Amino acid sequence: MQYMFLIYTDPQVAAAAPEAEMNATMAAYFAFDSEVRQKGIHVSGEGLHPPSAATTVRQEGGKLVTTDGPFAETKEFLGGYYILDCKDLDEAVEWAGKIPGVKYGSIEVRPVMVYTQE
Amino acid sequence: MQGLAQAIERIFYDESGRILAALIADLRDFELAQDVLQDAFAVALVRWAEGIPRNPAGWLYVTARRKALDRLRRDSKHSHDPDLLDALASADTVSADELDSIPDERLKLMFTCCHPALAREVQIALTLNTIGGLSVPEAARAFLTEPATMAQRLVRAKRKIRDAGIPYDVPPLKALPERLETLQAVIYLIFNEGYGATHGEALIREELCIEAIRLGRILADLMPGAESLGLLALLLLHHSRRRARVREGRLVLLEAQDRALWDKAEIADGIALLDRALELRQSGPYQIQAAIASLHAQAPDSASTDWAQISALYGALYRHLPSPVVALNRAVAIAEAFGCETGLTRLEALGEDAFMQRYYLYHAARADLLRRSARYTDALAAYQRALDLCQNAVETSFLAGRITEVKAIIQG
Repeated sequence: MQYMFLIYTDPQVAAAAPEAEMNATMAAYFAFDSEVRQKGIHVSGEGLHPPSAATTVRQEGGKLVTTDGPFAETKEFLGGYYILDCKDLDEAVEWAGKIPGVKYGSIEVRPVMVYTQE
Repeated sequence: MQGLAQAIERIFYDESGRILAALIADLRDFELAQDVLQDAFAVALVRWAEGIPRNPAGWLYVTARRKALDRLRRDSKHSHDPDLLDALASADTVSADELDSIPDERLKLMFTCCHPALAREVQIALTLNTIGGLSVPEAARAFLTEPATMAQRLVRAKRKIRDAGIPYDVPPLKALPERLETLQAVIYLIFNEGYGATHGEALIREELCIEAIRLGRILADLMPGAESLGLLALLLLHHSRRRARVREGRLVLLEAQDRALWDKAEIADGIALLDRALELRQSGPYQIQAAIASLHAQAPDSASTDWAQISALYGALYRHLPSPVVALNRAVAIAEAFGCETGLTRLEALGEDAFMQRYYLYHAARADLLRRSARYTDALAAYQRALDLCQNAVETSFLAGRITEVKAIIQG
């Protein structure tokens, strides 16, 4: 089944990391990416620009309102995601632990909804 | 008819965990498995009036599987795995009499119920309701919640198991130690909730203790590791004191208990299990606690308890579980072994911890040592502090009794 791995990181922590560490993290992401592709479980995955580049759109009284910044003021932000095809939750949790971003925050593992025709 | 209902109730209690575990393995669906097992029991209530079959559990298992096949075939709204339908249909040719035994899948069920992706209270409720023999209202009563709340908690848990893809399996070797610890912790918590009764009127809720022992026995039978054996030994040794522990609704301390009321068979059982565990030479906190309990169980009276050995065991336990509670017990054992003054010095040092200051047993233990050292005014203040912090009705009345005693001495 497919799981989405939501990679939450604290941009402050990531920004504070020395350059050598950032390079190592990037290398670890490339390695992770090729590993899941080689295993044939990669469905998709992208990194996101930081929350400073975010725009929030909502509907208020039938009107669209656009505001600067992310919806919620939290320390950890969605920094990227993967969708991987795993046997079960145990396997998914194992992959989550290999995502380099786990060092800078947390990974939320969510099963992807399957719609069946009724 | 009354007799039949009772017999079926007994079979349900004894066998439903095992049948359910096998059904979930076949059907890969907790809710469906529980539903069809209910169906099978409903059929039994009618059919067994003519006589209970030779192999009642096998009969129920075969009938439940047949019910599952019926339900899945009737359900045209969802498409079902054709392999599952084929497997059920071919299994349907086996009659209960031909069935050798129901496959024992209870370990898988236990590990799934205690999966770390489920919250602890959910793990406990699910374990009691599936592998254990507690119905939803019974589980609700045991945890002082409403049946509707408990039912909803269980439904949500079963959906999470399905939707999140929690595997129905014994974990692989590398994950096993940690997962086993969770399972043991759940069993231990169920027992403690029954035995320690952190809240409520009754000091011991017997049904929870019995459930925990039953679960501990299943685990020790199916996966007899040192700590699982140690855990079961510990539960049995504590449980052996239950009849002496409460008198007229009041807590009786270990030293004042009537040892004739201790359950000799349970003590022997516990000690034999502990010996088996120790032979495996893998020390752990449950075994150490069982060893402490066995020293109490083997002392003919309170005065001849081997407190020096007990304080050393608490020292060993503290290395595994460096908790304030263990430190407190160690200080109390030291007081018994080496005198109240030595114990009080230990306690004063522990009292610098903020947790201890809010922990009623710390103040109760300190009060006790002060009383025994004839420092009655200090003892009174400490008992009062313990009373203010205590939330268990029975222990509160015990502390209030002590306060009256000490006041009488001071005024005397």
